[in-house]
Amino acid sequence: MRYEMRFSGSGGQGVILASVIVAEAAVAAGLEAVQSQSYGPEARGGMCRAETVLSRERIWFSKVTRPNFLLALTQEALDRYAPDLAEDAVVMIDDALTVPKGLDKRQVLALPILATARDKVGKLMTANIVAVGAVNRALGLFDQQALHEGVRLHIPAGTEELNWKALDAGAALVTDEQAAAFARPLE
Amino acid sequence: MPSELVHKYLRIDHLPHIWCAGCGNGIIMRDVAVALQELIDDPEVPVSRDKTVVVSGIGCSSRAAGYLDFDSIHTTHGRAIAFATGIKFARPDLEVIVLTGDGDCSAIGGNHLIHAARRNIGLTVVTFNNDIYGMTGGQYSPTTPTGDKATTAPYGNLDRPFDIAQLAAGAGATFTARGSAYHARETTELIKQGILHKGFSLIDVYSVCPTYYGRKNGRGGPVEMLQWQKEHMVPAATYYAMSEEARRDKTLVGVLTHTENPEYTEQYAALVERVRAQSGK
Amino acid sequence: MTPKRILMQGNEACVEGAIAAGMRFFAGYPITPSTEIAERCAQRLPQVGGRFIQMEDELASMAAVLGASVTGVKAMTATSGPGFSLKQENIGYGCLAEIPCVIVDVQRSGPSTGLPTSPSQGDYMQARWGTHGDHPVIALSPSSVQETYRLVIRAFNLSEKYRTPVIFLMDEIVGHMREGVTLPDPRELIINKRHISYHDGANKQCYAVPEGEYVPAMKPFGQGERYNITGLAHDVSGFPTNNNQIAGALYTRLMEKIDRNLDDIVRVEEHMLDDADTAVVCFGGTARAAMSAVQQARAEGMKVGLFRPITVWPFPEAHLRARLPGLKRILMVEHNYGQMLLEVQRSAADRVPVSFLGRVDGTVIPPDDILRKLREMEGNAHAK
Repeated sequence: MRYEMRFSGSGGQGVILASVIVAEAAVAAGLEAVQSQSYGPEARGGMCRAETVLSRERIWFSKVTRPNFLLALTQEALDRYAPDLAEDAVVMIDDALTVPKGLDKRQVLALPILATARDKVGKLMTANIVAVGAVNRALGLFDQQALHEGVRLHIPAGTEELNWKALDAGAALVTDEQAAAFARPLE
Repeated sequence: MPSELVHKYLRIDHLPHIWCAGCGNGIIMRDVAVALQELIDDPEVPVSRDKTVVVSGIGCSSRAAGYLDFDSIHTTHGRAIAFATGIKFARPDLEVIVLTGDGDCSAIGGNHLIHAARRNIGLTVVTFNNDIYGMTGGQYSPTTPTGDKATTAPYGNLDRPFDIAQLAAGAGATFTARGSAYHARETTELIKQGILHKGFSLIDVYSVCPTYYGRKNGRGGPVEMLQWQKEHMVPAATYYAMSEEARRDKTLVGVLTHTENPEYTEQYAALVERVRAQSGK
Repeated sequence: MTPKRILMQGNEACVEGAIAAGMRFFAGYPITPSTEIAERCAQRLPQVGGRFIQMEDELASMAAVLGASVTGVKAMTATSGPGFSLKQENIGYGCLAEIPCVIVDVQRSGPSTGLPTSPSQGDYMQARWGTHGDHPVIALSPSSVQETYRLVIRAFNLSEKYRTPVIFLMDEIVGHMREGVTLPDPRELIINKRHISYHDGANKQCYAVPEGEYVPAMKPFGQGERYNITGLAHDVSGFPTNNNQIAGALYTRLMEKIDRNLDDIVRVEEHMLDDADTAVVCFGGTARAAMSAVQQARAEGMKVGLFRPITVWPFPEAHLRARLPGLKRILMVEHNYGQMLLEVQRSAADRVPVSFLGRVDGTVIPPDDILRKLREMEGNAHAK
């Protein structure tokens, strides 16, 4: 089965890196993964979008058309991408956002991602790593070794501790009940 | 009988050359050959024939590369300096000489000229500057003086001309000089200095084109045109001894600018060494 | 130890493959969506003792690559449509003077500046006919990151073997996507070295070829060979000639060195074609959507297969012709207004009808569109 993930927000929030890390962790875990992103002015301050497709089989078509998962860190991104979702899609949003009409609230996992990065981790720029920690915990994607490998390959040397802290803080945002409800083990 | 120089450094089986009778290009080509011969023969100087490459573009001047018996490459119009940059950067131990014309180097190839000068890559550029496009039959070039005539300027040229040596100096060339077809010995020395200079050198050599430029502008034949160079172009020793008043209608034959700055391929070699030392840690 | 699988971008894999092939010189100019190739070369080449230079423009980068190559160094440049147009002048020089090099074109959408970050395959015909005059061309097009790594090595090998510029025709989809790759052990790779020869005394026939052969051995500059290279029609000694017989023989040899070695040069990938009545022809990144559609069509019971040219120039005409007897219809899917379509129609002649699905708005062609078209074609066939 093919699992399509879309990561969205505004340029500078690191959503592209989040999608790359998830793809890298998938490869480390022995899965197939394809990652791509929107380029151009969009990636420099405007709305920004990146996509990762996961599968246990070879992935042919590389793009996301009906996401099974959406991460939205801005209202603009949420409003724009909410209508395209697959039926049982999981939507993770920053809890400062308003869930648009037409999106079933039971699909939505609203978490204080930005606030956690700013206040608990101490650096707003770790919001993407906090999000990755939360995504991994909610969907039950990878073990810690694969996840750490995915992160380690894409951060500057010497920032590991900060990033492990961000991952853990993200995971801690998801309750056991939520993790049970949103788990999407890859078939 | 061809001279010893011609036998040794020119490809005699590809002569006679294509230039018109009275063209200044043959003299300038000879200056280049003599400069190279003298440097190659000088045991104190690390210039070797097997490690010398002659690069040219397109135009009358650029045929010179094919007549000189070295590794030679006759490239596309305007791109000689860019090809030469590739050769020099890939093999910094090679002596790379670019033979080009006023149109080749300052019109279609102007961008490559200024950027090679800016990088200070160790090329020696010799321009055969005849103020006209000869190969295509006498159109005005970036060095044609304002008001002069050409087949594409039948009512007089409106453009202001480039001074190629000043252009190169402004772009960062660390050695620039002016020579002329008439002043063969002085020009040969300037080419030698350019080759020995570490960094980008340009020797702008005024040629004569009696067939097009001379005829279109009433400058007479080859003798009159060379006579003009004799009277109006002055070697440095004399030039600097002249009063400012006397210099007014004279052009210097000699070095215009000469500064020392790091050469590009040497800087890159240092960068590679630094990177490899770091990655070796 | 099994080689480790890592995530890599297509543009990065292009650089790593090129370095594995022995590329040690890169000259380029920044242009989306190929810029990551220049950036990675700038970082990687000094580490392996190679050289990177950012030139003042696209023309200069192509010229510098040719200059480097004549000294015996394997050289590459990378660009996208607008830059590919500018490079054509010196690509022609490389074809005529027979200077090996690899030109990467990561295609983007539209003519002129177009849609700089959007995918397209609109440079397919330009890769063949971009530079003026009749000339030989080899162009290869990868459809995955893993294939990019392997195929760019092949691009260098063919370039060296046939002494000709090779176009590595990528697209934004493959250039910018990241996927898992396993880098092979360098000892497993087959790397063609340049055929270098030196003169036998005074006989400087540097473009002479032995009877029955088509590719002259190359003599690097700086070794005392003292020979001439020119973009004018030349004789076997490398000097300009106006002799029509000699010029004609040169141009013919240049074409024949490719045309007579198609078995060695042309490669295709074929999926599920043996029992197929319908072939989808598709190349590059778009072939990934086509393959998804073919699988779905098979699941619906349609007898569909995929024919993917890997060597896109010369077009794999013989391979496609060999498939014609079993086929009732062909669907050409490409990310343009119909370019390879012309080659497919020519190869299919009137024997098999060819339908077309293309797109020029800068968005990808999704598998659903291809599937819909396949259903429609099958439906029309049944309605007849």
